[in-house]
Amino acid sequence: MRPRSGVSVVFAGLLGASLIAIPFASRRLDAMRPQATLQEVLYLQSPKTVRYLSLGYTGLAACVYWTRAVQYFGSKHVVQAVRYDLLKPLLMLATELDPKLTVAYEFGSIFLAQPPPEGAGQPDAAVALVERGIQRNPERWRLYYHLGFIHYSERQDYAAAAEAFDRGARVPGAHPWLKVMAAAARQRGGDIETARFLWTKIYESTDDKLIKETAILRLSALKVDSDITYLQGLIQEYHRQFGSYPARWNQLIAAGYVQGVPVDPTSKPYKLMPEGRIEVEDPKALPFIRLGLPPGQESVQFKPQPEPKP
Amino acid sequence: MLSRLGYIAFNTFREAVRDRVLYNLVFFALLMVGSAPLFGQISIGLERIVLVNLGLTAITLFGVVIAIFIGIGLVSKEIEKRTLYTVLSRPVRRWEFICGKYLGLACTLIVNAFFMALGLFLAVLYVKKGLSFEDAHILVALYLIILQLLVITAITLLFSSFSSPLLSALFTFGVFVIGNFVDDLRGFAMLADGVQRWVVLGLSYLVPNFGSMNVVSQVAHGEAISASLVGMNTLYAALYTLAALSGAVLIFERRNLK
Amino acid sequence: MPAIEIIGLKKKYSVGFWRKSERWGLRGLTLSVDEGEVFGCLGPNGAGKTTTLKLLMGLIYPSAGEARILGMPVNDPGVKAEIGFLPEQPYFYDYLTPTELLGYYARLSGVPAGEIPQKLTAALMRVGMAETADTQLRKFSKGMLQRVGIAQAILHDPKVVFLDEPMSGLDPVGRHEVRELIEQLRNEGRTIFFSTHILSDAETLCNRIAVMHKGELRGVSAVSELVAATAGKTEIVVQGAGVDALQTLGSDSRLVGDSLRFVVASQQLDGALETIRKANVRLISVNPLRGNLEEYFLGQVSGDPIAGGNA
Repeated sequence: MRPRSGVSVVFAGLLGASLIAIPFASRRLDAMRPQATLQEVLYLQSPKTVRYLSLGYTGLAACVYWTRAVQYFGSKHVVQAVRYDLLKPLLMLATELDPKLTVAYEFGSIFLAQPPPEGAGQPDAAVALVERGIQRNPERWRLYYHLGFIHYSERQDYAAAAEAFDRGARVPGAHPWLKVMAAAARQRGGDIETARFLWTKIYESTDDKLIKETAILRLSALKVDSDITYLQGLIQEYHRQFGSYPARWNQLIAAGYVQGVPVDPTSKPYKLMPEGRIEVEDPKALPFIRLGLPPGQESVQFKPQPEPKP
Repeated sequence: MLSRLGYIAFNTFREAVRDRVLYNLVFFALLMVGSAPLFGQISIGLERIVLVNLGLTAITLFGVVIAIFIGIGLVSKEIEKRTLYTVLSRPVRRWEFICGKYLGLACTLIVNAFFMALGLFLAVLYVKKGLSFEDAHILVALYLIILQLLVITAITLLFSSFSSPLLSALFTFGVFVIGNFVDDLRGFAMLADGVQRWVVLGLSYLVPNFGSMNVVSQVAHGEAISASLVGMNTLYAALYTLAALSGAVLIFERRNLK
Repeated sequence: MPAIEIIGLKKKYSVGFWRKSERWGLRGLTLSVDEGEVFGCLGPNGAGKTTTLKLLMGLIYPSAGEARILGMPVNDPGVKAEIGFLPEQPYFYDYLTPTELLGYYARLSGVPAGEIPQKLTAALMRVGMAETADTQLRKFSKGMLQRVGIAQAILHDPKVVFLDEPMSGLDPVGRHEVRELIEQLRNEGRTIFFSTHILSDAETLCNRIAVMHKGELRGVSAVSELVAATAGKTEIVVQGAGVDALQTLGSDSRLVGDSLRFVVASQQLDGALETIRKANVRLISVNPLRGNLEEYFLGQVSGDPIAGGNA
């Protein structure tokens, strides 16, 4: 008098089979619709409309757009894309809906500004984003920091950077190193020490994984630049001493210039090239480096460092 | 067996029609056609976009609400009251009851969607003074909307097989809302770590992906939808419906009726 | 082969959400009903009558025991074609008419399409609902719904008919009609199993009755035997001044104003009548009492719970 087992077996089988098949079908569907969440962003860029449609749940909508921005960037970054057209509208929408969404400003200040493929390469858009954030949240000293950072790092406009840091330093409760940064930017321009300080602070003050990774990449790049400058100096000395450029590290080791084969931050040895140049083994693993690139592969935004002031 | 399924389905359809729930479609159709002139005020070229967007979204929402309410009314109600006693005392298997109900509800919804679509096309005709090829894509969007409604109905049945009418309605509606944000859920999962990530990811696969069946914006801009997308969605919807119905049958087979 | 066979049927309910306690709906029922019998199941509310019927219909599943109808297990679809069921206070699809409802049921029961119209009409006529065959059910009174309920239970000519409180909601005329209907069904050779708490109905219709109380079967007996056991009494009604003096003449005395009613054993009838004549009061009526089912029922129901069985 129990329920009939034949029926139960059949339907249990159907249930099991369909439950197993569903995730596969779902993944196939996903593959067919890349950028799915962004369809509407293409059509719906007006913040007013979005605000209206979110029926008052602007905070939630902001989170949704913020998440989409991160996902958009992440998925394109993985394939080393060169265009990130939707990043700006996504971040603008997110911050329109929730002007206090600090993480969005932080993210934009780095990833909107950096050159592709590490960012959208739109430093002016980044400046606009953060300036708007400052307008809405004048008491958030961190925003001035992000602003100054963009001017410093991507636009090499050290005066503007110093000014931004100064403005931030005047906000009550601001961290003392803002003053330090202002002074350094004004006096020392874009030297390696200041840059290193900047990126270290960014690394320490953020919780965002992506930003931390970028900071590490930047710091590694700075180390490479500094290493190569130093090593090339040693090679010039060698050349002066022996009349020729070393072909192998052993020669430099034997001559007492270095203790062992120098390695870059990815633990690969630097390569000795003819004519006393040094190259890194794998430029792709070290974006942002300015020295050590094979000829012809210099980064698009290469700008010579100003000489360190005494 | 098949004939019994047919009788139950037909009776369900008959009950739904007489329950006057379907009369809203007349209201909707009239609303659509009657409000069409308003769009003439907005800049030319934008009317059709807004109309199609609004129309298809309304059809989806109306359709979902009707699916939930008829589904609850005709199944949960039947289980809670005792209409079911006189049916199950006949040579009707419990699984035939569930599947027959589903068929009847599905037919009701398709008829409903058809009439609302008619209203929409009439409105588009009015606004554009003619139909062009790109309007045919609306039919594709409608087909996908019907797929969504079929999945919703199956989920309604699943919840009805063990839950009270009110809870069933709430759960189903909740699933619908979450199902529209599946892509974002996947995005959230990518940002999270550990247990949180797996839970959110699992949820995003468990809940039906209504977002993938929503092509309203594209169609409003006159874009075509790829056949493979439509095909895959059909397969996905069929699998999901099968899972939900099987679950409903398994639960209902065992249930002690009050 | 018995028409209905129940062996050790038990049903346990879990009550409550957090701390589940158990309640026994049925504590082990064993009985059998022969073909052609009219079998009455009596008991107060909560006795387990409806639970038994639901178990027999396969609407709920037992905790233990089994039941067979016409030799087949209860949830065999083959059985369902041969039985009819009237639930207590039935509820039907509001927006259908009796014709549509019965047509739907007939098809589900497998009645060939060609035979449906005449079976439909016949059933409606038998329950006196032929005129309202095309009015929507939501307009029906309780009694009318009850009749439609009976119609759907018999329309496919089932061998065994189960009725849960068939007289509920009916006025005296209606009840009379239903009683006649049940007799007709019996004469057609069908087996009837019905539950009720109205004793007089059971008394007039049934071959045998079972008395249930608190989930247990208290007794099964043929009605004729019960009647015989309590026969041999006469009821006397007298009126006039001085009746109160006669109260001790018999048992079960009731005094209302100047009317007195009491019961004496048939052997003592002559003596009582003598006394009454001498007392100079008016004799209103003298009625021999048939044996009363009520006494049997009350006797079974007020006893202590039967010991034994799993509680």
